[in-house]
Amino acid sequence: MTIDKLETAEESVAGNGLLSRRLLLGLGISGTAAALSPNLLAAEASRFNIPSWSKQPGPGPSAYGQPSPFVADIQRDPGRANPLYPGGGASRTPLHALRGTLTPNGLHFERHHAGVPAIDPAEHKLIINGLVDRALAFSYDDLLRYPMVSRIQFLECSGNSGALFGATPPQGTAQSINGLVSCAEWTGIPLSVLLNEAGIDPTARWLSCVGADAASMGRSIPLDKALDDVLVALFQNGEPLRPEQGFPLRLFVPGWEGNVSVKWLTQLKLAREPSQFRDETSKYTDTLADRKSLQFSFPMGVKSIITSPSGKMQLQPGLYQIEGLAWSGAGRIAKVEVSADGGASWAPAHIDAQSGDKSLARFRVPWRYSGAPAQLISRATDSEGKLQPTRDALLAEVGSLAFYHFNAQQCWAVDNKGEVSNAYV
Amino acid sequence: MRMFNGKTERSLQFLFRLSAAALSCAVSPIVSAQIDSAETLLSPNLGTIVEQQEIEALDLIASAESPLPVGSGSAFQGREIYANQCAACHGADGKGGAANQPLVGGNIQSADRPLRTVGSFWPHATTLFDFVRRAMPANAPKSLSDTEVYQVVAYVLYMNGLIDQYKIIDADSLAGIKMPNSDGFIDMSAQ
Repeated sequence: MTIDKLETAEESVAGNGLLSRRLLLGLGISGTAAALSPNLLAAEASRFNIPSWSKQPGPGPSAYGQPSPFVADIQRDPGRANPLYPGGGASRTPLHALRGTLTPNGLHFERHHAGVPAIDPAEHKLIINGLVDRALAFSYDDLLRYPMVSRIQFLECSGNSGALFGATPPQGTAQSINGLVSCAEWTGIPLSVLLNEAGIDPTARWLSCVGADAASMGRSIPLDKALDDVLVALFQNGEPLRPEQGFPLRLFVPGWEGNVSVKWLTQLKLAREPSQFRDETSKYTDTLADRKSLQFSFPMGVKSIITSPSGKMQLQPGLYQIEGLAWSGAGRIAKVEVSADGGASWAPAHIDAQSGDKSLARFRVPWRYSGAPAQLISRATDSEGKLQPTRDALLAEVGSLAFYHFNAQQCWAVDNKGEVSNAYV
Repeated sequence: MRMFNGKTERSLQFLFRLSAAALSCAVSPIVSAQIDSAETLLSPNLGTIVEQQEIEALDLIASAESPLPVGSGSAFQGREIYANQCAACHGADGKGGAANQPLVGGNIQSADRPLRTVGSFWPHATTLFDFVRRAMPANAPKSLSDTEVYQVVAYVLYMNGLIDQYKIIDADSLAGIKMPNSDGFIDMSAQ
């Protein structure tokens, strides 16, 4: 197939180079490969010598596999330690460098408020008390004998993308701007099983959840949610939780702001009212323009981000796959649309099979970068029919004092030199 | 009340049937859906019954419903603890200090971006006791005695002009303090 034939197969579906997603489904051949002429192949024949690693045995099996050293730069970005905030801070998932929808355990984002505790599971206890028929204590070994279920679901910090509330567009990568979201298969005990064993007092309405870290992180969640789909998770992507994800056990609260999925879980206390912890009053609340503040705004809104092309990338004119991730705390992703002209026209993106309810979905759509400036935006619609808002619409709703729950459409601008930067439209 | 009392045998038979089905053929979507059903979530009931006094040391929740501990303190008594344990990060005057974490000042109604501090923003005074006891000081959480926590809580309230320096703060008096922004929140879970 020649490059000419490939181009005639392209079908424009929206402005500024967006192509039919049928192209990407029907053609397994890239423009670059098709363009290689026989003369060029002959000139580069030396590229096809037998490589050195095919001529000697490599190292044998290892105890725990590590990524290739050639991709060792795919890392979280923990930043510098702050001596006045020991162990505090966050590291973000390198979204721009990953494919698929599952986040490797070592690259799942982190947010800690007093560092990662070094918990000996033999010494760890989970206590259920408060408005129960009987207060109970469980050991890690106890909990390993309970029935567990597995769910592939996203976790997003409510502060993810919060810099996009700012007056000027922050410059960075998909990782640095949007990397506080990850997705894993979480395996654990339905919380309802443990709460029912303790016996729920009929007056109980809220559940206070506390971690065993130095901050003793506490959050309150309504008991209805706790009994619906919350897990006490012990495994992530098939292996015991990593210490930074809550080993030996954490709460996993599907679709809700990450902070309520309390890590290193050690206490569950049933009560009539929330405990009004620091992290549900002073923090994780958004102040509106009228100076009222939103509290217990748990679900993460419908959202999508383009992971490639994305900030700091450098493009050459030619065919690209616009790729990204979409998710919603309300359920599944029904539709993702992509614009290359700042929202003037939209093309439907192909959604790869989404694992299920509240999991990440990956979308892609082919796009020919002509070399002229482009503004790439994605917008998702979830199974509740909710459309991801524009930034202007979100700001009109919550005002410019907000910091958490930023789920608006984000724009990557490509200039005529092929440089990609974050932009407001 | 145990959910599955009297249902053990039937549930186990169900599990065996499920295992046999899984062994004999690839797991169909229908079988996968059944794996999540309550029928298979038979609790082994391994929790150990504990008395509240046994777990008192671990139960750090201090709220309107979870009683604050015995003890009391005044701002006058808390001044020195604040200077030694808190001022390095929050500033001698509580206005931010090296960590830029102000405890004092601000006005939620200000036209500019309002400073959210204990005085201007926190809706409940009990939260201050709860948070200081569980998480402060950041380099040595849980190192203060309950009395010291009461004293330093009183000092932070005093710096905010909410109490005088000789007011005795204990479980009752702390719960009785109405914070300036106590009506400033909307519970979105109730919407």
